Amino acid sequence: MSNIPSDLRYATTHEWVRPEGDGTFTVGISEHAQELLGDMVFVELPDVGATVSAGDDIAVAESVKAASDVYAPIGGEIVSVNEELEDSPELVNSDPFGDGWLFRIKADDAQEVEGLLDAEGYENSIEEE
Amino acid sequence: MVDFHGWEMPINYGSQIEEHHAVRRTAGMFDVSHMTIVDVVGEQAQDYLRHLLANDVAKLKERGKALYSGMLNEEGGVVDDLIVYHFETTNYRLVVNSATRQKDMDWLNGQAEGFDVTITERPEFAMIAVQGPQAKEKAASLFSSAQNEAVVGMKPFFGVQAEDLFIATTGYTGEAGYEIMVPNEQAADFWQKLLDAGVVPCGLGARDTLRLEAGMNLYGQDMDETISPLAANMGWTITWEPAERNFVGRKALEAQKAAGTDKLVGLVLTEKGVLRHGQAVKVEGGEGVITSGTFSPTLGHSIAMARVPASVGETAQVEMRKKWVTVNVVKPSFVRNGKSVL
Repeated sequence: MSNIPSDLRYATTHEWVRPEGDGTFTVGISEHAQELLGDMVFVELPDVGATVSAGDDIAVAESVKAASDVYAPIGGEIVSVNEELEDSPELVNSDPFGDGWLFRIKADDAQEVEGLLDAEGYENSIEEE
Repeated sequence: MVDFHGWEMPINYGSQIEEHHAVRRTAGMFDVSHMTIVDVVGEQAQDYLRHLLANDVAKLKERGKALYSGMLNEEGGVVDDLIVYHFETTNYRLVVNSATRQKDMDWLNGQAEGFDVTITERPEFAMIAVQGPQAKEKAASLFSSAQNEAVVGMKPFFGVQAEDLFIATTGYTGEAGYEIMVPNEQAADFWQKLLDAGVVPCGLGARDTLRLEAGMNLYGQDMDETISPLAANMGWTITWEPAERNFVGRKALEAQKAAGTDKLVGLVLTEKGVLRHGQAVKVEGGEGVITSGTFSPTLGHSIAMARVPASVGETAQVEMRKKWVTVNVVKPSFVRNGKSVL
């Protein structure tokens, strides 16, 4: 069973969301998702300043196995992206909840996060797959 | 672990890319026990194989010398690709694919009618491929002195039975190394000793990226029963002379050659993205398809093999995730002995 930190929120499409306490939210993909995808080879990130809505496909995680869309779990403005991934996409594999983060969103409506799954809900959603 | 044609096999043991690098830089090993070993023995073994295969076993003079060949149907499609080892004109060993095992056995037996040969599958052997610049030296540490003596100075594409082991200088990676047939009951111990010698276990994922970098075909993907070997970069494996050798599929192949066929080329994408099996390709004079595509860990970008019209120029367009991307067209060979050949 993969690690699912209880302090994060999750989308059924395997993104995790961490509140940074200033109205911004860091987003990455779960340990379970990176396990399914295998070694990451390219990560395409959104442009800083872009405005996104929840459910938009805004990034691509491409592994040895497949290219997988990453969706915006909440709406808002992209305020930063993890530029380390340009040269080290494997961070998504080695540290999916830490150094392997993808982008940070300034939420239009922070309440949107409450609609996401908690760790238990995400674990249940994985088990149903 | 995945079900690979009835064999439970790992895609990777950890990181597929690290396994790939181990083979290019040090030594890796693959459990390829799923491969089907078939012995062909008898007074007419050579005649039979000269009938069966598009390549000509009569070219094999030295004991243990191996040959890569397609086995064609009457329509000139590829039933399977295989390696044949020559011991004597009455004694050969074939290694065919596992996905096609039953079909191949049926075909081998069907084509044997009228020939004085005995065809025997050898499921009592496991097979371990040890590949990479340090593979031979690490494997040697497990061999007995007689086995080491048997393999000393052995050139590429030879095989020798040395005590319990059949040791061959063949592989599917583009690196030096051995493919070793070992009795089933000794296989786990042999694997463990290789592991103790520092050989890195590698799964199907690395096997695929390594063979693709080396420009080696995968049956069922780069060619199959509906594809001419001429359209699968296997023209070099067809021995046309002597003209009177009427191997299975020859007539169809001659017609295909006269009419012209598609060709298998290499594609190189140096920007982000990964070329994948099944993607559409546009070239000068028509359209084609990617038969195998991957990220090349050695080169750091994507490579592919594609079957396209022979009119292909120096670049092609590939449809990737709804966008058309320009790629370079090269010979289908990308990496040999750890180095780029682009």
